[in-house]
Amino acid sequence: MDTYSLLREIADSWVLLAMFSFFVGAGLWAFLPSQSNARRDARMIPFRNDMPLKNCAQTCTACTCGHRATKSEGAEND
Amino acid sequence: MNYVKLILLGLVALVAAIGANWARDLAYQVHALLVMVVAFGMFIWVLRGTDEPVEPAPPSTTYFDGVIRAGVIATAFWGIAGFLVGSFIAFQLAFPELNFDWGQPFTNFGRLRPLHTSAVIFAFGGNALIATSFYVVQRTSAVRLWGGKTAWFVFWGYQLFIVLAATGYLLGATQSKEYAEPEWYVDIWLTIVWVTYLAVYLGTIINRREKHIYVANWFFLSFIITVAMLHLVNNLSIPVSIWGSKSVQIFSGVQDAMTQWWYGHNAVGFFLTAGFLGMMYYFVPKQAQRPVYSYKLSIVHFWALIFLYIWAGPHHLHYTALPDWASTLGMVFSIILWMPSWGGMINGLMTLQGAWDKLRTDPIMRMFVLSLGFYGMSTFEGPMMSIRAVNSLSHYTDWTIGHVHSGALGWNGMITFACLYYMTPRLWGREKMHSMAAISWHFWLATLGIVLYAASMWVTGIMEGLMWREVDDQGFLVNAFADTVSAKLPMYIVRGTGGILFLSGALVMCWNMWMTIRGGAPATAVVPNSTPAE
Repeated sequence: MDTYSLLREIADSWVLLAMFSFFVGAGLWAFLPSQSNARRDARMIPFRNDMPLKNCAQTCTACTCGHRATKSEGAEND
Repeated sequence: MNYVKLILLGLVALVAAIGANWARDLAYQVHALLVMVVAFGMFIWVLRGTDEPVEPAPPSTTYFDGVIRAGVIATAFWGIAGFLVGSFIAFQLAFPELNFDWGQPFTNFGRLRPLHTSAVIFAFGGNALIATSFYVVQRTSAVRLWGGKTAWFVFWGYQLFIVLAATGYLLGATQSKEYAEPEWYVDIWLTIVWVTYLAVYLGTIINRREKHIYVANWFFLSFIITVAMLHLVNNLSIPVSIWGSKSVQIFSGVQDAMTQWWYGHNAVGFFLTAGFLGMMYYFVPKQAQRPVYSYKLSIVHFWALIFLYIWAGPHHLHYTALPDWASTLGMVFSIILWMPSWGGMINGLMTLQGAWDKLRTDPIMRMFVLSLGFYGMSTFEGPMMSIRAVNSLSHYTDWTIGHVHSGALGWNGMITFACLYYMTPRLWGREKMHSMAAISWHFWLATLGIVLYAASMWVTGIMEGLMWREVDDQGFLVNAFADTVSAKLPMYIVRGTGGILFLSGALVMCWNMWMTIRGGAPATAVVPNSTPAE
């Protein structure tokens, strides 16, 4: 069998199956109930770790630096 | 370490000098001189710093924002350059005298056009992507950029790539592949820079202090990796001489065409879509001050986009020597791609749920929403145009140009402007941009410009498509090609005017950035929960 036909054979069977199952798996994983805490945690990442402007060097108590935001107002989805 | 650097820089300068002498064509000679000057300048600079007391490395408790500040300025600069050339060549099409007989061959449309496309995609878009990705990866990983000063190499190396590519086009060095015009040595240089970029990015993610990799980083990372892969495969070529810029492609015929459009469409998919979606997933939530609408949807969005985009390329080759099954495959995947694209748009727009009032008060938010609107519009238009029957009307007409620009100006342009407005005050320690009114002006100028551009291109594109296929009752074609050209003149002028409006909006932005930066000083942002270095 020439290289093209061989590669084509593999691509049309096992590789297709592997890619498709990975894709479906990733889709299912996105909805796993056990991951819902992880999702809730991950979507809040942009709201911590961003302490701009000089004077916030962990010294203040009033400002939010170092504060790990976990919940936002009224957002239910994850 | 400095001695190694000096030896290397000296060698580079020497080889470049030899290259300038032995060069077989003008572009190569100019590039060799350019590289020689840069290498020699750096040689002097390193030499002056040798055996001087070493400055202490900046603490790992602050974010590495210097390179991002440079990137923000470079983005604005290349944006103006790209829009200016774009507006100029738009008028060249309307008024051919603007090709200037005295400037031939350097000032003709054929050489300025790749200068425009590369300037806006790779210089403006690329700098925006590098700057925002460095900004986002640090703030979602809670660590300083990996690799010390390596990020500066990425920045300056990329600028050198842009200058080599742009001057090459003007001087006639091109491998005639759309969006991949630079010749072999420029490709090799970009590969080095890009792999370094990947290392810096990946290194930062590996060092992260957050458990999860935030979804914006997935998009940025897929953009970096895929562009590396596309670039390598599409630029497989053998130089005719190592002292000349000409090279010969390894693929030929329809294989070459297929590789080119596999590259070309994924440049759209991963450079102009995945990377910019990375910006969307960070900056839209930040500006709206609410988390992204659905994290589930963002995961599905990511994987669907990655898995589908890579197959869509063949829709550029309908009715060619490409086998029918391949172009049908490209068409089908393009249509399926509509779904994840709109899923992403909905995810971005719905992030504003409960905060829609910000649209009234916050011009930056308005820009984000408009860019998402254009993203949705062009990701509907694209799949539609990839259908073979529609493509038989639209292909080779200005409809394609209109489609590309509603995506590039509307989606990529607007989201980049909004990110620049978000980052500039924060990077220079200012509370907000100098003038909010100027942002509104920019918004309306740009929007009006895009509307004029897209509308005139739809009209002229469909008109010329219909004129080309019009036959009389004997079956003869009714119109000569020149008839379509003269029929298009009014629309070409409208298009050029749209470009001018878009450019003036960007100029307003530059003034606003200048006024914001002028009174500020580089701000230091602290990495939270980090222990100070001893």
